[in-house]
Amino acid sequence: MARPEFKTDLPVMLAPPERRQGEPLRIKLWHGIALFGFCVLSSTYVFADDTQAPASALSVLVKWMPLLLSGFLFNIVISFCSMALGTIVGTALGLGQISLIPVVKSSSWFVTQFFRNAPWLVLLFFAMFLLPFEFDLGFVVIPFPDWVKAIIGLSLPVMANVSEVVRGAVRSLPSGQWEAAESLAYTRQQTLWLIILPQCVKRMLPPWMNLYSILTMATVLASVVGVSEVMTLTGEALAAEGGRTDLLAPFYSFVLLIFFVYCYPIARYTVYLEKKFAVKD
Amino acid sequence: MNWTPDQPMVSIKNVHKAFGELEVLKGVSLDVMKGEVICIIGPSGSGKSTLIRCVNALNDIQQGSILVEGQEVNDPDLDKLELRKKVGMVFQQYNLFPHKTALENIMMAPVRVLKRDKSQTEVFARELIKKVRLQGKEDSYPGELSGGQQQRVAIARSLAMKPDIMLFDEVTAALDPETVGEVLTTIKELAEDGMTCILVTHEMGFAREVADHIYFTDGGLIVEHGPPKTFFDKAKDPRTREFLSQIL
Repeated sequence: MARPEFKTDLPVMLAPPERRQGEPLRIKLWHGIALFGFCVLSSTYVFADDTQAPASALSVLVKWMPLLLSGFLFNIVISFCSMALGTIVGTALGLGQISLIPVVKSSSWFVTQFFRNAPWLVLLFFAMFLLPFEFDLGFVVIPFPDWVKAIIGLSLPVMANVSEVVRGAVRSLPSGQWEAAESLAYTRQQTLWLIILPQCVKRMLPPWMNLYSILTMATVLASVVGVSEVMTLTGEALAAEGGRTDLLAPFYSFVLLIFFVYCYPIARYTVYLEKKFAVKD
Repeated sequence: MNWTPDQPMVSIKNVHKAFGELEVLKGVSLDVMKGEVICIIGPSGSGKSTLIRCVNALNDIQQGSILVEGQEVNDPDLDKLELRKKVGMVFQQYNLFPHKTALENIMMAPVRVLKRDKSQTEVFARELIKKVRLQGKEDSYPGELSGGQQQRVAIARSLAMKPDIMLFDEVTAALDPETVGEVLTTIKELAEDGMTCILVTHEMGFAREVADHIYFTDGGLIVEHGPPKTFFDKAKDPRTREFLSQIL
């Protein structure tokens, strides 16, 4: 829509130039990058007098960047695997929660509630120390390295949350859908797979992506249990540089930035999907 | 049990139904012969909808008997799916499946539930769409159709199962006044084709025109019933008269 031109000789205050229609002021990617740049530059400046080290903070950071990025890649791998595992088991658990068999229903409910109301870090420790480091199947020994345990540990809360998302989505459909299907002689299984779940996918997508975002940010918890992801590597890089305090801000700012760059678009896209799905239905 | 067409197609005897403490049906009896159209009218909360939902076992009953073509509905071993293949139902809120097109809505149950041949079902489904006057809307999604159009798709969807009996639960109550007529026309044509219909409705003029028999319910009981002419002109029960005077 073209903005009409206002021209007047009267002493009135004209409206300020408008932003694009329907687009409120929002944080863009470059805001994050600018923030990061500001952090780096200001920290370099503040500590410039203190340090005798010849290399500037920025150049040290650049040197370590490939390693840190490879660590971040590992975070993404962990997040993908945990999400996949958690989604598969969580969907089954969610369907268990709407089962008509009382035992299945109540046990699914209990497992969901138990893992949903537990701190993620505790669940991670729980997986780390209770799972064996290898599985001996008699004919083959499957090793169970720490990062695999971390994936399992993080998939537990994901599982419980996905279970609730599935249950909530099914419950959110009007009961008329079930009744219409019943009156057309669909079995319960058919109703679920042909009519209810296809409609739920749309409803589940935004909360599911939101959960993924949260999970990605939580993958740094794996550093506590010694997995070489980005936080662990950052710590090691800083130690290798002799614990220079002027490096702390740029390094951790960099870690913040890469998480922001990765997670923010997901958050935006989630909002977009929520809006899109809210209109129709 | 063997059922022959000279016996009532639906025979409801002394049906009691309560939701917890609330007794909704307190001994209702009525018979519907093959090809008959009956209308159930009455104030809200009088148990009309509950009654017809019992006929296809969407609601269970505590006491009494409902025979549909000789099959007892009030039976724990009832094969609900077999019953529902014979009894079609249309709802107030249409309840179309929003993720499927009009044609898919109509075809899905015959193909998936009755395992009928897909291409033959499609031919039949297109005939039904024509019958409810929705040619050109085959590929529209429910969200793109008006209330009246959606309700006609819902009728076609139910007819696609080739039911023996159709239940209509206040099917025009949620519609805009201008689209009520198109849905009623569809039902009228269906009645003229000889479909056995049980309607719960507030459309008195329509009931008078199409019904063979009218039942008036109040407080979980059938207060009065009769052919439309006697019912509307010579109602005996004061409750019926009061209701009719408010409505007409």
